[in-house]
Amino acid sequence: MADIEIPVLTTSVEKMVQWARRSAIWPVTFGLACCAIEMMAMSCGRYDIARFGAEVFRGSPRQSDLMIVAGRLSRKMAPVLRRIYDQMPEPKWVISMGACASCGGVFDNYAIVQGCDQIVPVDVFVPGCPPRPESLIYGIVQLQRKIDQQRMSA
Amino acid sequence: MDASGLLDLLRVAVPGAAIEPLSAVDMPTLAVDRDHLLEVSRVLRDDPRLQYALLVDVTAVDRLPNEPRFEMVYHMACIGAAFLTAGATAPAQASRLRLKVGLPADDARVPSVTGIWPTAGWPEREVFDLFGIIFVDHPDLRRILMPDDWEGYPLRRDSPVQIRKDAASWSPLQMTAEEFARNVRVGHDKAVKRAHPVAPKPDVQ
Repeated sequence: MADIEIPVLTTSVEKMVQWARRSAIWPVTFGLACCAIEMMAMSCGRYDIARFGAEVFRGSPRQSDLMIVAGRLSRKMAPVLRRIYDQMPEPKWVISMGACASCGGVFDNYAIVQGCDQIVPVDVFVPGCPPRPESLIYGIVQLQRKIDQQRMSA
Repeated sequence: MDASGLLDLLRVAVPGAAIEPLSAVDMPTLAVDRDHLLEVSRVLRDDPRLQYALLVDVTAVDRLPNEPRFEMVYHMACIGAAFLTAGATAPAQASRLRLKVGLPADDARVPSVTGIWPTAGWPEREVFDLFGIIFVDHPDLRRILMPDDWEGYPLRRDSPVQIRKDAASWSPLQMTAEEFARNVRVGHDKAVKRAHPVAPKPDVQ
């Protein structure tokens, strides 16, 4: 009987949960400015974020894991962004995409929030103006690494 | 019609108004005093020779530190044979016109032209929002671009460009669907009543 292969893998619950979470990050459909164009390009055939399991953009925050803040965030939009973030179920992550979302970018004025981390907790900042789709894909891969290190017991 | 012909026509039609021509490169430009803005506007819209039925834009300029500090700018157009104003039998020459009204800094208020061109409602709200100019008799004068609780008027020259103030991350629900529908209905009824004090007679075929 020793030569029969049993089709079973053994792992820990923690590792399996981390694998499940990072392999199907569903972003919420939420674009604020020109960065959203790059975000759309990233999800389409040429760059194809489906290779990393994050291609399913959901129209409802209730079904989303990830919010990509893609563009400059105006002070009037900030409460809306926060409301959408609050509507997302746990666990959830945020990528701040581009210079404007991360620090206000060139819009250092009264109308724009100088960094969306004033409004929501950000996991990954992606630099660029706007970042190329490859940069955003790299940001998502970084986020996957971060999810891999999140301990369930913590 | 060129600026001088327009000027003669308006001075006859509105005798008390202080109407002056201003130099401009693109279209006839007139300055009018605040007290006669509505009368002049009504002539511009209704006179069969002018027919400026389309108000293109309403904006303002802050001339700080000059006085009068604020300058209201109205752009209007006659679109020619495509549209006849009520009472006109022949189309007027298609043309554009710019009207300016100076406002003092300590009394930045001007009569609203929503009674003449209902389309002025939102542009006047925008000017109010960004310059703080009060439009007397505007049907719904409140902010349109900035948050409702914003302090100050951003496009004034003495308004700071950069501010260090925490962004609000919470705002109450704005209104119920019934309130929204009621506001739209009331504003529409008022605008129609201002544009047509006497109900227009239906055309007899």
